[in-house]
Amino acid sequence: MAMGRKTKSKIEVAFIYIFFLIMFVIIGYPLFWAVMMSVNPGTNMLVTDLFPDNPTLEHYKWLFTDPNSNYLTWYKNSLFVAVLNAVGSVVITSLIAYAFSRYKFIGRKYGLYMFLLLQMFPALMGMVALYILLNTIGLTDSLWGLLLIYLGGQIPFNAWLVKGYFDTIPKELDEAAKIDGAGHLRIFWTIMLPLAKPILAVVALFNFMAPFMDFLLPRIVLTSPENYTLALGLYNFINDQFSTNFTRFAAGAILIALPIALVFLVLQRYLISGLTSGATKG
Amino acid sequence: MAQNQDKRKTGLSQPRNIATLLSVLVPGLGQFYNRRILKGFIFLLVAVSFLVATWDYLDIGIWGLFTLGTIPREHHSIQLLLQGLISLIVLFFGIIVYIYNIRDARKDAIAREEGRKKPTLLKGMLDFYDGGFPYFMIIPGLIMLVFIVVLPLLFMLALAFTDYNQYNAPPRNLLSWVGFDNFVDLVNIGVWKDTFFSVFTWTIVWTVVATTLQIVLGFFLALLVNDKRVKFKRTIRTVLILPWAVPAFVSILIFSALFNPTFGAINRDILSQFEIMIPWLSDPFWAKIALIMIQTWLGFPFVFALFTGVLQSVPADMYEAADVDGGSRWQKLRHITLPHVLYATAPLLIMQYAGNFNNFNIIYLFNEGNPAVRGQNAGGTDILISWVYKLTFETNNYNMAAAITIIMGLLVMGFAFFQFRKTAAFKEEGRY
Repeated sequence: MAMGRKTKSKIEVAFIYIFFLIMFVIIGYPLFWAVMMSVNPGTNMLVTDLFPDNPTLEHYKWLFTDPNSNYLTWYKNSLFVAVLNAVGSVVITSLIAYAFSRYKFIGRKYGLYMFLLLQMFPALMGMVALYILLNTIGLTDSLWGLLLIYLGGQIPFNAWLVKGYFDTIPKELDEAAKIDGAGHLRIFWTIMLPLAKPILAVVALFNFMAPFMDFLLPRIVLTSPENYTLALGLYNFINDQFSTNFTRFAAGAILIALPIALVFLVLQRYLISGLTSGATKG
Repeated sequence: MAQNQDKRKTGLSQPRNIATLLSVLVPGLGQFYNRRILKGFIFLLVAVSFLVATWDYLDIGIWGLFTLGTIPREHHSIQLLLQGLISLIVLFFGIIVYIYNIRDARKDAIAREEGRKKPTLLKGMLDFYDGGFPYFMIIPGLIMLVFIVVLPLLFMLALAFTDYNQYNAPPRNLLSWVGFDNFVDLVNIGVWKDTFFSVFTWTIVWTVVATTLQIVLGFFLALLVNDKRVKFKRTIRTVLILPWAVPAFVSILIFSALFNPTFGAINRDILSQFEIMIPWLSDPFWAKIALIMIQTWLGFPFVFALFTGVLQSVPADMYEAADVDGGSRWQKLRHITLPHVLYATAPLLIMQYAGNFNNFNIIYLFNEGNPAVRGQNAGGTDILISWVYKLTFETNNYNMAAAITIIMGLLVMGFAFFQFRKTAAFKEEGRY
């Protein structure tokens, strides 16, 4: 053998690292490009450079200070929907998941099937009806209407996820508490909820992030710019005059992506373990 | 004689049947017969108030559901249809309470026949709380689910069988039920047929190719990172997960600009080095290629993260046993790693396929489904769901949009069917 086992292994490892390097470039390039675009002066995309001669923060300043900019309002709107959505969905889904995980009742099995099935039907399929419904109760162009749809739409997926997690909590724990005289709600409050914190955090996080990332529902529900959420507002930024507003869009987008990505990367381990334990064993 | 007395009355005169019958006739009456006065009163009150409160609404709703209105301009078919569907749902819940009332009367009567003592008021209420607890927990969510998710789906289902479009819209016109005409049109009328089949084909190709690519890439990367010889695992993982962490709409819009033929960096900065110009947005073929590449970029990190978690749970002694038997690397991958990983993640992988099938965001944000194609009323990169969106909000072809939605729904049921079979939860149902 001309080539020893060790050399062969070294070459292999080198190839693995080269592959990672290529992946890093592919992953990093678009993000880096967007960051560089956001510090290009002016709004004309045709004269932008990857490395501009005189980088500037004018677009970031514009977002926060220009009277024509609604950026802060959009941020506030998104935050409002996001917080209520996170809290509301944790409450609703944990109640449902508790019932489905710990009680035997008529309709339980069909309920579970229904959740699984409804997970796969995107809200868009019922969009026309949702719009007409919101119209009849006077909640079009309202953040409350948007919130209501988010809260209802998240139930199938998250109830399933949390139910799967509850199932992994030993049933002996609540049986022991029952013998000690604890009631239904007490068991739920003092045993299930504290033990299920990781998955509830995942649900809260997902539902907190959804209003920042979703663009379709706001587009259908919200019509006036002062009610826009960030995603919709930014999309409309570039929708009309794409080539002339991208630098501003890039600045606004980076200010959303940065906090979300950071939270995400910090919590990634919980996200993944929550997803796998909830959904694969579910 | 004692035996005779012991013999229970049978047939209609048996107390349990009398109680049942009374509750069938008037909710609460059977409970009165059982001497459960308060309970009977509550049932009666609920029944009467239900009827008083909803009678008119249900009456018009059910009538509207059948006729969709009779006087143009005065009757609004869409509102009638919606009212009809809500009526059906309300009626459904009413019937459940009604059936519960009958069962309750029968249960109490049986208890009385067997000579069990009538529970005290407090005990009765506690029993009700105990038995009803799971229902109390799910009712808030259930109501939201029914009105926000199920009702809209039912509404779309109904629309597919009407003639609701731009030219025939309430309040100016009345709608009518047209049976399966919309579906027949979809496969028979020239422009609809052409569009439907090309959009359908692309949807399937898109779903299969894009999802499979992201799964294969994610799996491959997970294997590489899991290799014992690789260092800096944490850093590598964090970078590889980055596309998942950035909100998708931001990345898609960035890509949309990157691929822009006039100012996008891909043509201007990269491909121009090789004297190539690719019409990424105006040529359907290249737009599709771009979409698949972008989706792979967006989707592989989730699969990668998932597989990384599962790979660590493959028992090491299985590999050691394979080494003893002289198994090659490929054999170990095929017979140990793959089955283990796929078994654990199958439901989530199926969800990935379903997710891409319905991936409206990337199609719409990248190029709004364009470029336009001659002789079609959908763009070259439109998948079914983005076509439905256009038919609904741009050209107001509600009936056709609904018909296509139903076809999509049937396909989604196919995914769901696999999901059910793969989901372990139902195998463990015996636990409780």
